[in-house]
Amino acid sequence: MVNYILRRLLLLIPTVFFALSFLFLLFFVLPGDPAELIAGGGDRAVNPIRLEQVNEQYGLDDPLPTQFVNYWKRTLQWDLGQSYSTGRSVNEILGDKAINSLRLGFWAILIEITVGIAVGLISAIRRYSLIDKLTTVGTAGVSAIPVFVLGFVFQYMFAVYPNLHDWPEWATLRTSQIGPPGSGNGDWFLFFLPVGEQWRYLILPAVTLACVSTALAARMTRGSMLEVLRADYMRTAKAKGLGERAIISRHGLRNAMLPVVTLIGLDLGAVIGAAVLTETVFSWPGLGSTIADSVLSRDLPVLLGLTLVVVLAYSLINLIVDVSYAWFDPRIRLGADAES
Amino acid sequence: MTHIPTGADPTDPNAAGHEVGGGHGGMGDVPELQAARPLRVDVWRRFKENRLAVIGLFFIGFLILVAIFADVIAPYSFTERPGSETGAFRQGPSKDFWFGTDSIGRDVFSRIVYGARVSLRIGIVATTIALVIGLFFGAIAGFFGGFVETMIMRVTDIFLAIPYIVLAVAVAAVFGRSENAIILVLGLTGWLGVARIVRSSFLQLKQLEYVEAATALGYSRSRIMFRHILPNALQPIIVYGTIAIGTTILAEAALSFLGVGPQDPTPAWGLMVAQGKGDLANAAHLVFFPGAAIGLTVLSFVLVGDGLRDALDPRLK
Repeated sequence: MVNYILRRLLLLIPTVFFALSFLFLLFFVLPGDPAELIAGGGDRAVNPIRLEQVNEQYGLDDPLPTQFVNYWKRTLQWDLGQSYSTGRSVNEILGDKAINSLRLGFWAILIEITVGIAVGLISAIRRYSLIDKLTTVGTAGVSAIPVFVLGFVFQYMFAVYPNLHDWPEWATLRTSQIGPPGSGNGDWFLFFLPVGEQWRYLILPAVTLACVSTALAARMTRGSMLEVLRADYMRTAKAKGLGERAIISRHGLRNAMLPVVTLIGLDLGAVIGAAVLTETVFSWPGLGSTIADSVLSRDLPVLLGLTLVVVLAYSLINLIVDVSYAWFDPRIRLGADAES
Repeated sequence: MTHIPTGADPTDPNAAGHEVGGGHGGMGDVPELQAARPLRVDVWRRFKENRLAVIGLFFIGFLILVAIFADVIAPYSFTERPGSETGAFRQGPSKDFWFGTDSIGRDVFSRIVYGARVSLRIGIVATTIALVIGLFFGAIAGFFGGFVETMIMRVTDIFLAIPYIVLAVAVAAVFGRSENAIILVLGLTGWLGVARIVRSSFLQLKQLEYVEAATALGYSRSRIMFRHILPNALQPIIVYGTIAIGTTILAEAALSFLGVGPQDPTPAWGLMVAQGKGDLANAAHLVFFPGAAIGLTVLSFVLVGDGLRDALDPRLK
């Protein structure tokens, strides 16, 4: 097991290196000179003196290999550079945005686990019932609607519409942003719990982000539970005279959860992707919306810095999922042939 | 791929090979059993039983007709601005404009009808590109193994480590915003999953006896790979490909929404949602109709894909 983990961690190094290098080099194919972008900003004419300063400051005049080496030297010292468009340190930006993304992600995943698994279980146990049919159609529908459309629909239903029709204040949710301006982090208790006004800003993006993965979790739980219900040991348990509740919770649920745990881990990639869209829709100042902005504004240091963190987190969680899978189910061997 | 649900073709050489999975293969000398039916008859029979999948198939057929006859169906072209003459901007659905008008007076219904062309073209062509690339690399990796396999799988690891949306947006920023560029972007980023599926089918299939037999008969490796293994590895790919058309359309909508998809006069549904987002309070139909078009289309492809999977392999049910 230790060997396996070490080997995976070692493999992570070239994977992250090449992934980031790919994005780095990709940006040199892009039309437009980043130095002009920084010096000019928008459509203004570029002052040649300023242009030279910028080139000097960011080393944009250096040949590509030099820039490439410098980038990795800096990155290895955890200096992620400065934003091209605002001049802020990327390390600082990362600190700001990552917290918000973690908060949003925490609630979304909480919803995914609780609602998704519960719905999946119910529809597996009551197979072919109305609830089951609704779940099947509903989960397929939710995963077919684009996340951003879902976000706008929720905005309209719970924020815009109540506002237009003068609903009482307490029944109106907020469409965007992250909380009363100027109140800072005081709006969160123990980091994750929204306090006061904050919950109104959190609910819609959290539910939107949760939707797609909740649907997936429900489908997965249903399928996995149906399989377990057919297993021999379930029949044995029934023959022993155990009550239905005990059979399902003690024998069924525990075995059905394995693939679901993996899914929730692997699904993180989808959550990150959905987060880019959800955060953009709700102007939630997290990693996702900042990454999307950085691509559009050609802000290479921000893109690379934040993507580095996302890629690292994603790969580490995948590793944890693989290891925990073997932990739960001793029949699974980790190693060369378990890789596929 | 497209001919699966249609009628029987008893001469189909592939059918006999598939019959094992279907379990309906008849023995010629047992009178009460029918002669071997080709796979597609069985598949179609089982597919028909899945009501949702049939509805999805009908919707896709409807959509294809809409795309072909867009010029006939749409009352206006997608650039025309009939609303600007009467001052009908951001107007809700009415008798003249079924789905309302947008911020510069264009007819939303016409734009959605023309948008079916954009979505289907992007979805189908990009998925085909992804399937071809993925089949090629997956087949090579699974068949040859060793160093080649390691290299190909490491490359897919690298790209799969970048969250898909980030990868697609970054590549799209390089390729530009024309429709063909988007097709390339989605095709070039979509093959990773296909390659992994094809590789694992090849790994399984190449251990089977008939491959051993073919090797013993002295057939060349490429013949074994393409004539013997590939046809049997196609089933999961057909299912994956059908669903992938839906998810590709979804990805295209996301790229349009983030501002790296097709540009303005193009009636891409995702772009229409993005353009309407500012008017949510006074013209929600600008988001609703294109959003519903995307949702229904993607849902149809997913349902048909699910239905095909169940029909192709009844043991899964």
